[in-house]
Amino acid sequence: MKLPPFEYACPTTLPEAVQLLAAGDGEAKALAGGQSLVPMLAFRLAQPKLLVDLRKLADLRGIRISEKGVALGAMVRWREIEDDARLDTAHPLLKAAVAHVAHYQIRNRGTVGGSMAHADPAAEMPGIAMTCDAEIAVVGKSGARVIQAADFFQGPLTTALTPDEIIVEIRLPHWPASRRWGFEEFARRRGDFALGAAAVFYDQHQSGKATNAHVGAIGVADRPLRLDAVEAVINGQRVDEATIAKAEAAASASVDPQSDIHASGAYRRALIGTLVERALKRAAA
Amino acid sequence: MSVRFEVNGKPVAVTVEPRTTLADCLRHQLRLTGTHLGCEHGVCGACTVLVDGAAVRSCLMLAVQAEGAKIVTVEGLSEDRDLTPLQKSFRKHHALQCGFCTPGMITTAHALLSEEPDCDAARVREVLSGNLCRCTGYISIVEAVLDARAAYKPKERARDRA
Repeated sequence: MKLPPFEYACPTTLPEAVQLLAAGDGEAKALAGGQSLVPMLAFRLAQPKLLVDLRKLADLRGIRISEKGVALGAMVRWREIEDDARLDTAHPLLKAAVAHVAHYQIRNRGTVGGSMAHADPAAEMPGIAMTCDAEIAVVGKSGARVIQAADFFQGPLTTALTPDEIIVEIRLPHWPASRRWGFEEFARRRGDFALGAAAVFYDQHQSGKATNAHVGAIGVADRPLRLDAVEAVINGQRVDEATIAKAEAAASASVDPQSDIHASGAYRRALIGTLVERALKRAAA
Repeated sequence: MSVRFEVNGKPVAVTVEPRTTLADCLRHQLRLTGTHLGCEHGVCGACTVLVDGAAVRSCLMLAVQAEGAKIVTVEGLSEDRDLTPLQKSFRKHHALQCGFCTPGMITTAHALLSEEPDCDAARVREVLSGNLCRCTGYISIVEAVLDARAAYKPKERARDRA
């Protein structure tokens, strides 16, 4: 389990980092926290010629909270999210999801940008980005652009990023204080990859009916999903037992998970229904 | 590449290939073999060290990434003559069997107790979930960590020194 040989660069500016990646001709890879990339190297699933360490890039740091929402610098580590008390109200769903990310030591190193770029279908941050309609700000050799979460994830470990592009920031839209939400994840052991997780939120109209429902699922497809059919069941309804039962059925019906060594497709389909049910019960409580 | 950082309070300069992990650098170049390597891909937690005070897996960090950092290994958490309160607690509670996971348990528990001396059993279990003990002696490990909390509270520490 020794890593394959590679060269290493640690640029101090973003343009320099982009230039290094662009010159790498697809054989260079950005290194953020290394908590997914280094295991990939150990297993020789990745053998880049050059690693471009992003740790000195000040542009990628910091959590900014404004009336527009929460902007997470790509190099923000899970630990910083856990420790930021402002996020308890500015984005409680994000905070709840991050509590499920791997283990203590990994949360001290792993970054939001790294998780997004890695795009594991069972990872929490991509799921939150999908659920919340996040915008991903990136910079590459042809300049800066903003990618919608729905366009960003293209398959397992596959994103819309070109090899020379670096994620700068992940922007989550404003979170109203009265918003109802729930996050439920199931993994066999604490900190393991999720067999499934559901993130839900909705706003409650004065009439008591739900609007603006967002339902996301991870671990049940080749990328994080939005479950439109479940959102349609919730919108315009009171989130009571009958609605939750319909949402549970719609969630199971709207996914078609593969069987793998961890769980059968049928199990995962049932699981996501249960997780949506629990998350909605938590949201409505 | 040549890299400089601090290990257990002493400055070190090493020449490493970029692919050398911090764990291998500590063990092979600096001969600090207290840091154990179990899985070498970030699952077992045996290689946990403190980097600028934070517990991290040294098998998932390159030595070149440690440039300028302050590293503390399990060797740096011991005292020359006596066991530390955390080590004493491990001994008292029989919190090790084969001992392979112990360096990672000690470094992780030390980081936790330094940050959260009032943590409860659930929090200890949550944090130690990232450290595997193949002898499965988890109950005594959790008890040892809980029993060592007092030593990390400012008041008790002052009394210790007196």
